[in-house]
Amino acid sequence: MRYLPKSPADREALLRAIGARSIDDLFASIPPEYKLNRNLKVPRQMAESEIVDWFRERSRENGDGYATFLGAGAYHHYRPVIIDSLISRGEFLTAYTPYQAEISQGTLQSTFEFQTMICELTGMEVANASMYDGSTAAAEAVMMAVRLTGRRSVAVARSLHPEYREVLATYGRHQQMPMTPVGFAENCRVDMKALEQAITAETACVLIQSPNFFGTIEGVAAVADLVHKQGALLVVSIAEAVSLGIVEPPRQADIIAMEAQSFGVPLGFGGPYCGVIATREQFVRQMPGRLAGQTTDRNGKRGFVLTLATREQHIRREKATSNICTNQALVALMVNIFMTIYGKVGLRELAKQNLAKTAYAAQQFSKHAQVLFGDAPRFNEFVVQTSESPQAINSRILGHKIVGGLPLKKFYPELGNAALWCCTEMTTRTAIDTAVGLVAESEGSARPGAETDVEEVTR
Amino acid sequence: MKHITRKATRHVNQNEGLIFEKSSPGKAAWKLPPLDVPEVDTAQLLGSFERKNLGNLPEVSEIEIIRHFTRLSTWNYAIDLGMYPLGSCTMKYNPRVNEVVSRFDGLANAHPYQPEKISQGALRIIRTLSECLIEITGMDAITLQPAAGAHGEMTGLLLVRAYQQSKGHPRKRILIPDSAHGTNPATAAMVGYAVENLKSNAQGMVDVGALAAQMNEDVAALMLTNPNTLGVFEQDIHKIADIMHAKGGLLYMDGANMNALVGKVRPGDFGVDLMHLNLHKTFSTPHGGGGPGSGPVAVKKMLEPFLPAPVLMTKADGTLGFDYDRPQSVGRVRAFYGNFGMFVRALAYTLANGPEGLRQTTEDAVLNANYIRKGLEGAYDLPYSTPSMHEVVFSDKIQAKKGVRTMDIAKRLIDYGFHPYTTAFPLIVSGALMIEPTESESKEEMDLFIEAMRFIAEEVEEDPQMVLSAPHSTRVSRLDEVAAARKPVLRWKPS
Repeated sequence: MRYLPKSPADREALLRAIGARSIDDLFASIPPEYKLNRNLKVPRQMAESEIVDWFRERSRENGDGYATFLGAGAYHHYRPVIIDSLISRGEFLTAYTPYQAEISQGTLQSTFEFQTMICELTGMEVANASMYDGSTAAAEAVMMAVRLTGRRSVAVARSLHPEYREVLATYGRHQQMPMTPVGFAENCRVDMKALEQAITAETACVLIQSPNFFGTIEGVAAVADLVHKQGALLVVSIAEAVSLGIVEPPRQADIIAMEAQSFGVPLGFGGPYCGVIATREQFVRQMPGRLAGQTTDRNGKRGFVLTLATREQHIRREKATSNICTNQALVALMVNIFMTIYGKVGLRELAKQNLAKTAYAAQQFSKHAQVLFGDAPRFNEFVVQTSESPQAINSRILGHKIVGGLPLKKFYPELGNAALWCCTEMTTRTAIDTAVGLVAESEGSARPGAETDVEEVTR
Repeated sequence: MKHITRKATRHVNQNEGLIFEKSSPGKAAWKLPPLDVPEVDTAQLLGSFERKNLGNLPEVSEIEIIRHFTRLSTWNYAIDLGMYPLGSCTMKYNPRVNEVVSRFDGLANAHPYQPEKISQGALRIIRTLSECLIEITGMDAITLQPAAGAHGEMTGLLLVRAYQQSKGHPRKRILIPDSAHGTNPATAAMVGYAVENLKSNAQGMVDVGALAAQMNEDVAALMLTNPNTLGVFEQDIHKIADIMHAKGGLLYMDGANMNALVGKVRPGDFGVDLMHLNLHKTFSTPHGGGGPGSGPVAVKKMLEPFLPAPVLMTKADGTLGFDYDRPQSVGRVRAFYGNFGMFVRALAYTLANGPEGLRQTTEDAVLNANYIRKGLEGAYDLPYSTPSMHEVVFSDKIQAKKGVRTMDIAKRLIDYGFHPYTTAFPLIVSGALMIEPTESESKEEMDLFIEAMRFIAEEVEEDPQMVLSAPHSTRVSRLDEVAAARKPVLRWKPS
C-alpha cells in the first residue's frame, strides 16, 4: 500500500522489539467471536491513475460545463486561483487545530485576520473562527440568544432559507424553544404587523435573513426597533456574503449568523462551506466556536492563541455553549484569502457587477413573465412567476446546458409557479438572453407592468 | 542543548505583520472583466441600503498576498513536516490525489440544487461511499449529512431520542464514561438529556458491574468510545451491549478511534446500534487547521426510519435521487447534503486502499503505537498496563516529582522537531501524555521520536529548567494565555 512507509522487514523488526510473535498478538484483546476473518467487501485497491479516471467519469456525469441560475444559499462566484495555491500548502492543509500556539502561529494569525475582516464587513465587534455552515450558524445563534436573554421562544421569518428553518427546528426540538413563523408582506419583506404580534415578553429573539431567501433586502433598522422594544434580540442570517460589498450590513442586529461560501468557496454540491457568528463584544462569552486572540510571549513579542476556551466542550463538557469541536478552518482560510484579494475596493466592484447582471436579467424576464416583489431593493436574486410550470421551462433550458431557477412550490406552495433566479458576475448576458427567450416561448410577449427602471440595452 | 536534535535544524524564518499593516489605497489583487450588461445606478437601486464604505478591508497586491500567507504557513507545524502524534486526533497522511479529484469541475462546481438528472456523478459518489462505510462498520444504513464528529454525535442522539420516543418514552439520561471526549456530554445536553457519569475500573475500562447497577429504564443510551480514549479495546463489549439492550437502552459508539478497527472487527457485529465516523480521522481527509470534518452516522435497521432527510434512494428508472418523504425523520441537521467535498476525499482514500490496504493500515497503526509504548516504557509512567491498540497513554508521574508536567514535556518536544502529543486527556489520567503515531510513521521517524522523548526524560532529571522554559527554538516563546482570556483582543483595529 503506497501510503504506508514500512517494508516487511520493518514490520518484523517492530514486532520483535515489542516482543510479539505476530500482528495477531496485538489484536488479542478483541474477542475472537467478533473478529472479521474475511476481506471487507469494498472495491479492490486501485492505482492512482484509476482513481483519477473514476472520479473524472463521475465529474462528467455531474453537470460539468453547465451555466447556472441557481442561488438559494449556494452561489457561483469566481474563485481566484491563488486561493487553492495557498490552501494547498501542506502547512495549512495538514495541520491540526492550533492548540499548540508556538508552532501554529500561521493558522492563528490568519484566523485573527479572518475575524477582523468579518467584523469590518458585518459591522459587528467580534466574530468567531467559523461554524459548520450558515444553517447551523443560524441555529447556534438562536440558542445563544436564548442563553443571553433567559427567554425561550423564537420568532422566525418565513423568508429565511427553508432548509435553515428545518435545521433550526431540529436543533430546537428538544430544548423547549417554541417557534413562531412570521410571514412576508407584499413587498417580500418581513410582515411587520405579524412580527409585532409574534413578539411577546417570552421572545428571546427574532431571526430574519437579509438579503432574504428571495433576494430582497430587509428593512433591518425597523425590525430591530420592534424587537428591541420588547427586550428581545435580533439575529440576522446572511447567506449571500457578496451582498456585503454594496448593501449596508445589518448593524442593528445583535447577532449575525453568516454563510461565507460566496467568498471563494466552491459550490461543491453543498459543502464544505463556512458558517460564521459575529456579535457584540458584551455577548462574546455566550458565543459558540473557537476564537483566536492576540497576546504576547515571555519576551513581549506579539503572538496569537485560541482563547476563551472555558466556553467550549473540552473544558466545560455538558455546560459548554455548544458541542462544536471541529469547525471549517481551511474553508475559513479560503474566505480569508478571498476577502484579502478583493479587499476594500474590489468587493464593492464585484457586488456592483452582481447587481447589474441581476437588474438586467430581472428587466428582461419582466417582459415575458411576472417578476414578483419589485417594490423593495434586492441583491442578486429575484422571483419569476410563469404560467407554465418552472420544471417544464427548466427542462427546455437544460437542453441548452443551462440550469434554470429554483422552483419554489415545494417550499412555498402559495407561490405556485414561481421560481427563484440568481445572477452573479459569472452569469453571461448570452445565458440570460437564452433563458429569457425560452421562458418567452410559453409565456408570450410583453406583459403589462414590466419593470422599466433599468435602461434599455442597445447592443 | 546537551542532546543533538537529529530531527530538526533551526533556519531563517521570515517575519510578517498583519495584512492590514501592508495595505495602502490603490493597490489591488483583483481584476473584473468588462460588464456585458448596462451599468446600474446603485443609489437608485438600493437607496438608503447602499453601502458606501467597506471599513478597514485591506488593499494589497497579489504577490504580497502570496508572500503573506506563504510566510504565515511556514510558522505552522504539519503532518507533511513530520510525526504529529496527537492522541485521538489521528493525524495521518492526507493523500494528494484526494485533493486533485475533489477539484474536478463537475464536482467542485456542482450546485446542490441542480437537477438530479445531471447530478448522477455526485450521487454515485455518495452511494459508493455509503456502501463502503456500511460494510466497514457492519451497520445497515447511514447518513452523511453531519458536518463533523460532534455534529454526528448530535444526530446520533436525536436518533436515539426518536427511537425511544417511538417505543413510548424518550427516557431521561445518557450514560457517559469518565474517559469520554468532552463533545459527548456537551452533545447529550444539546439533545435535552441529562448526563450520568460512568466510572472506569482499574484497567481503564467500563466497570461492567457499575454499568449493570446504573442501567435502568430512564437511560436512553450509553455513549462508548471503543477502543476507548486510553487506546484500550473494551473486552467486555458484548456484556456491555447485553446490559444496555436488556433494559431497552441503545449502545452508541463514538467512532473517533475507528482507525484501530477497520478491516479487523466491525462494531455492528459486537452489538453497537449506532455510531459516528470521523472522515477527517480514519479516512484521511485533511484537518486543515481545525476543519472541515465530516461525521457520518451509521445505524442498525431499526433506526433507519429516523435518519435525517433527505435520504439517498434508487428510483424506479434505476437512477439515483433524494427521498424527502421521511415522516419519521429527526429532521435536517444541516442545509444541503453534508460536506460533500470530504466524501470525495474519503472515497478516494478507500479506493486507494482496497480491502487489503485498509486492513494493513489498521495493523500498522496498532503496530506503531505498541512500538512507541515499548520504546518509552520505563522513561515515562504507564498508568494502565492493559494492551494498547492505536494509541498509548502515559502519565507525567515520574517527571512531576521534578515539577515538570505533561505540557512542559510537550513544549520541549517542539524543540526536537515534533508536534506534541495530546496533553492532559483523558481526564482519568492525571498529567496524561496521549500518543497516537498512526500508520503513517516509518520506523526511522518513530525512533527519532522515542529518542527525543527519552532525552527529555533525562533533561527533566538533570536540568528541569530547560524543559520548563521550552520551547526555545520557535518564533514565539510560551504565550500568555491567561492575559489573552482576561482582556480579549479578538480583532485588529487601526491605531
